[in-house]
Amino acid sequence: MKVQQISVFLENKSGRLARVTEVLGENGINIRALSIADTTDFGILRLIVDDPEKAVPALKKGGFVVSTTDVLAVEVDDKPGSLSEAMRLLEQAAINIEYLYAFVQKNPQKALVVFRVEQVDQAIRVLQDNGVTLMPSQEVYKM
Amino acid sequence: MYWQEKYETMSREELRELQFTRLKALVERLYNQVPFYKERFKEKGILPGDIKSLEDLKHLPFTTKQDLRDTYPFGMFAVPMEQVLRLHASSGTTGKPIVVGYTKEDLETWGHLVARCLKMVGASPKDVVQNAYGYGLFTGGLGIHYGTEILGATVVPISGGNTDRQLMLMQDFGTTVLTCTPTYALFLAEEAHAGRVDWDRIKLKIGIFGAEPWSDAMRKQLEERWNIKAIDIYGLSEVLGPGVACECLHQNGLHVFEDHFIPEIIDPDTLEPLPFGQKGELVFTSLTKDAFPVLRYRTKDISVLYADKCDCGRTHIRMERITGRTDDMLIIRGVNVFPSQVESVLLEFGETEPHYLLVVDRRGSMDDLEIRVEVSEKMFSDKVRGLEDLEKRLRARILSVLGISAKIKLVEPKSIPRSEGKAKRIIDKRLME
Repeated sequence: MKVQQISVFLENKSGRLARVTEVLGENGINIRALSIADTTDFGILRLIVDDPEKAVPALKKGGFVVSTTDVLAVEVDDKPGSLSEAMRLLEQAAINIEYLYAFVQKNPQKALVVFRVEQVDQAIRVLQDNGVTLMPSQEVYKM
Repeated sequence: MYWQEKYETMSREELRELQFTRLKALVERLYNQVPFYKERFKEKGILPGDIKSLEDLKHLPFTTKQDLRDTYPFGMFAVPMEQVLRLHASSGTTGKPIVVGYTKEDLETWGHLVARCLKMVGASPKDVVQNAYGYGLFTGGLGIHYGTEILGATVVPISGGNTDRQLMLMQDFGTTVLTCTPTYALFLAEEAHAGRVDWDRIKLKIGIFGAEPWSDAMRKQLEERWNIKAIDIYGLSEVLGPGVACECLHQNGLHVFEDHFIPEIIDPDTLEPLPFGQKGELVFTSLTKDAFPVLRYRTKDISVLYADKCDCGRTHIRMERITGRTDDMLIIRGVNVFPSQVESVLLEFGETEPHYLLVVDRRGSMDDLEIRVEVSEKMFSDKVRGLEDLEKRLRARILSVLGISAKIKLVEPKSIPRSEGKAKRIIDKRLME
């Protein structure tokens, strides 16, 4: 159920994001989802790709600092209130959300939200016990 | 363990006697052969006969870098040119270069001193020494080269740069000793760890690094990354070249070869000699050089001398690794700052690459210090909070060590230019106006 997210350190200067995407493109790696957290001086690019095992060495070879983190991909109905249910469950279990970002998938009835929490295993248990759908990693990569 | 045991383990009394005999002869020679020194002696009202003990050294005049420039090219030579076999020179980036010369005997002495260094860290004729110091007018390359040959080890005169070739030969030739600047050794390690070598074929066991100030933390990194003993060697062309002093395997300061050089530490402001254990500017008198002897040469290097006994059995006093230079020293908001201080803070954290750059600027009447630090894998976090926390901790530590606040700027790996010689650690924009 754990999905591998790749994080890349980016200095805030022009051309760096273009270079990351170039490296991925040259290596035939497809991006599934991405988000950037930025400050004045640097940004952290977070990526879900179709082949993380290939992407990490390619990016390192390209001179980037890269790390991988386990995140959760939660599938929610595309209707008001459905995300709040998952959030409430985590809150009740005292699991803090570090960050999250959402992306749409081909099934227009569902939305996919990526969660980064400290206690991943505990979060999986809480969500699954309460009937929340977690998308298996292989399916996320294949999407 | 010793190359010239008689001299390396001489009793202090014998050593002082030898130094005094040699000092007297040197003063005589300088007075008679070098007009510059005769003039200086006259100004001070000193005659060679006034040197009655080793303590009288403190009455003798200093020699500065400027003096060496003013007498360019051969004004300081104490022998006729037909006796000079070799010339070396500084790069001369800040004016005329400093030219130094060597007679046949000087080259032999030099070779034996470098052989002492190699021997005292365990090298033998079985070793293959990859010499990645620059060859040419710079004394590093040829100095190590001849010393290695005198020791009888195999020397690979590859010179600096050409990293791919360095790593290839290191594997193919089974290099056991690497000699270069610490910065370049670290760069080579980075490349090696980036998958450029087959570690089973790396036989390296000793690294002899010098020509720029480095820290204990940097030593630790070099030792871990290469799985070697990293040894500090010291020398400067004005005094000889590499081999003025070197660490033994106890790595507890560098033994100064006192049978050839008298080291002193002085207060750079008052010029008064300081006692053992006190930090100040290193000064050297070369006792035995024929072609280009120097009297009380002010190196601008900051160090400390220690006289306590070393477990290796050598009686020569030790100097602390160079922690900075009087001319490398930045004055920021009235505070003295050495790049090496910043380096040791960064390495203390163990999370950062030791690649950094100090950028000093002036905003209005205020000096600003920005420290650019390359982010390493170990310190990188997918959370903004994690990186901001690191910046905060670095800032606090810099404040407590340097006494000034600095802006920490995390930058991407390899974004600070690498050097194959001495690392460039400072951009002082205040000087560019």
